[in-house]
Amino acid sequence: MKLSLSHFEMALVFALITSVILGIVTKKTDRERIQYGLQCFGYFVAALFGIAWLMKLGHG
Amino acid sequence: MSSAPNATATSAAHSPVPPITKWVGPVLFSWLVPGAGYFMLKRPIRGALTAISILVMFSLGLLMRGAMFEWLWSSQDMLTTVIYCGGYVANLCAGLPYFLATWLGYNQPDVAGHVHDYGTKFLAGAGLLNVLAMVDVYEIIAGKKD
Repeated sequence: MKLSLSHFEMALVFALITSVILGIVTKKTDRERIQYGLQCFGYFVAALFGIAWLMKLGHG
Repeated sequence: MSSAPNATATSAAHSPVPPITKWVGPVLFSWLVPGAGYFMLKRPIRGALTAISILVMFSLGLLMRGAMFEWLWSSQDMLTTVIYCGGYVANLCAGLPYFLATWLGYNQPDVAGHVHDYGTKFLAGAGLLNVLAMVDVYEIIAGKKD
């Protein structure tokens, strides 16, 4: 069995899991953890779209 | 008279290092079984979330047929040494899932392709996230965190 996802799907899964861990280990209260986890995930997705557009425009 | 506040400020800035017997067990256990350190410290929700996240990431890496790094010391190419040795340490940091996978014969050669490539990163990433969890467990024991 081999899992085959697209670049976008894999990057989203990576962002989701990493954000959960960063939220858990970084902040002190549960509210701060959830907030920071969501913030990290948002930054990951923003960077994903930003870099994707940059590459598309760079390649012409 | 002015030495007392300075002493207080100094002791607050450098919190005491806990004795090794107090933290080595939970940190070691946290390395071997991702999230287990939190369970030992009676923080089951954090432990469960950490365990699920790291195990899912590691399993996805295996399902994508990612390659495990090998200890490759090259005296001529420093970058290769850093990538391979760093990757090997990152893989090793995943603990028991890594040992189980290798002992059960998982041996994927490094081949071209974006799925394999992501798989390799997922396997190394799972180990690195476990390092963050281990550091967090240590900081909880040291009293730097709740």
